Amino acid sequence: MRKFQVVSTLVAAGVAAAFATPAHAADWDHKDIADALHSVMEADRTVYTKLIVNRLQNQEKVIKASEHWKDDKALVLPAQMFRYGSEAVAEKGAKFSYSLLSLWPVNKQNNAKTPVEKAGLEAVLKGDPYYTTETLGGKKYFTAVYPDKAVAKACISCHNGHKDSPRKDFKMGDVMGGVVLRLPMN
Amino acid sequence: MKRLAQYRVWFVWLGASGLLAAWLAYAIQTPGQQASFMPGKVTHAHHQIELKCAACHAEPFKGREGIQEACLSCHAKELKAMDDSHPVSKFTDPRNADTLAKLDARQCVSCHTEHKAEITRPVGVTLPDDFCVRCHSDIEKERPSHKGMAFTGCAAGGCHNFHDNRALYEDFLIRHGEGGKLKDDPKLPDRHLRDFMVTMEYLDGEPITASDMDGRAELRPVPKLVAEWEHTAHAQAGVNCSGCHQAKDASDTLAWIKQPDHTVCTSCHKEEVEGFLTGLHGMRLKQGMTPMQPGMAEQPMKPSAGHAKLTCMSCHGAHRFDTRKAAVEACLTCHDDGHTRAYKASPHFGLWHEEISGRGAKGSGVSCATCHLPRVEFTTPEDETRVLVQHNQNDNLRPNEKMVRSVCMNCHGLQFSLDALADGKLIGRNFKGMPAKQIESIRMALEAEKRGAARKAVGDTDETEE
Repeated sequence: MRKFQVVSTLVAAGVAAAFATPAHAADWDHKDIADALHSVMEADRTVYTKLIVNRLQNQEKVIKASEHWKDDKALVLPAQMFRYGSEAVAEKGAKFSYSLLSLWPVNKQNNAKTPVEKAGLEAVLKGDPYYTTETLGGKKYFTAVYPDKAVAKACISCHNGHKDSPRKDFKMGDVMGGVVLRLPMN
Repeated sequence: MKRLAQYRVWFVWLGASGLLAAWLAYAIQTPGQQASFMPGKVTHAHHQIELKCAACHAEPFKGREGIQEACLSCHAKELKAMDDSHPVSKFTDPRNADTLAKLDARQCVSCHTEHKAEITRPVGVTLPDDFCVRCHSDIEKERPSHKGMAFTGCAAGGCHNFHDNRALYEDFLIRHGEGGKLKDDPKLPDRHLRDFMVTMEYLDGEPITASDMDGRAELRPVPKLVAEWEHTAHAQAGVNCSGCHQAKDASDTLAWIKQPDHTVCTSCHKEEVEGFLTGLHGMRLKQGMTPMQPGMAEQPMKPSAGHAKLTCMSCHGAHRFDTRKAAVEACLTCHDDGHTRAYKASPHFGLWHEEISGRGAKGSGVSCATCHLPRVEFTTPEDETRVLVQHNQNDNLRPNEKMVRSVCMNCHGLQFSLDALADGKLIGRNFKGMPAKQIESIRMALEAEKRGAARKAVGDTDETEE
């Protein structure tokens, strides 16, 4: 009997431990999740910009990148690559959303729209992320804004030379805009 | 007994209600009996399948979500191909919550409600004419050139479409804005089906003749059919009788088929059959219904063709597969509207006549199919790009600017194409004559380009500060 009690206690403790094990995952708060998602986005975005667009267009001059890439048989612009990824995530029904915005966008739809976007894009000009919460359409979101810097010559040459660009004096390393990432809070 | 008699009325009511409930339960599940449940006439696009409720109302009580799935089951591919200017993801993004509150474009039915004939406008739109204004009322801030324009003019003027702007976006207008009525070398793109089939090793491409036929014993073809087949691209590319007349049956064994249907054609012409099944010619077959018959159509059709059944063979003709006949004569056998009747007096037909008479160059004639079943680039499942005939005759029809790039600009300049397509009377005359007025979008785009270049020169970046 005593043996049974010992075994059952051990089993119960094991089950409790098993349930308790993912506790460290639950320690991830909204900021940690946003930071993790952004680190993947930023890495992929930098790789595409440097290894594909900047290398093939600016350095090796093999192929150009164009806003009208299908008509021009050209590479997709880094900003478009980012947006298509974001749209594909939305189409999959993911709960989070993200977009690349700027105070000086070539495409005016990518201008700051909500008060938080305006404050966030101003704040990240100093180089650090900006975190806050906001309510949109009756739903509460954890919103993170990350600085988006000019990592390659291709970034500044395109923006400084585009007829619709409101700013034409970007330099390497400048914060050109921000990635706005939203996680629903309930 | 007497006691029960006083409830006689109630028994009759109960019996009648039971019978009515049973009939309703039977009718709602029985194709052909569902007309009693129709809340209103459906649009021209869907009238052929209106009595198959499940085509759109896939699952009972699934609500709008179920209907949206049904819309996308037929229309998702074209929305993707047209680089939809207002994709659903634009409206599900929380940053556009204010836009969503003005127009819930997450679902097709928000703008294209069925069974509402009294408020349905062209392209099946059931919103009032001012729907653009809901979100773009401040357009003149961004584009002062649009100041004072009527709210009804955005789409009606040949300038913008809600979904498909591939021929209307600003840089495209600028790039092609200088073209005239006719291009220097007006002709259609070539198809290379045989080369593709050989490259992909689907066929060896070696021609065969009557002596090589493998279905003589089983099919017993009459000499006329043999002679017709021998002159086709099929025989010249090595497609034997078994290529079409032999397929696996339910028990997975090869069996000879006397009259193959579209499923057999799919084995080599997948994209073509898919297009046929998506358009008005084949959508009943796609839904598992009987083939479309011209007598069912809402468009004017010749009474003599009323009972014809539309399959691949109706236009292509078994064994002959004469694509020239399919491109004109087959259409004229059934269609009887003003545009069709005007065709043979049009300059387009003149060119077609020259080509089939051997006087005009290959690809210089303009048949019905040139515009309505056009040769366009497809990406095949093998990830190859090929020029094929789009067999969905609705694919480029509405709004008709969808025709500009895939059809008109093979021969005509952009300005002439936009002007012609905006002139309803000219379309009625099958393009005999010149467009009545000029669409303004190209001029506006070129002017905006000049302003942009001037700003670039002086470093001024704000259009509103001019």
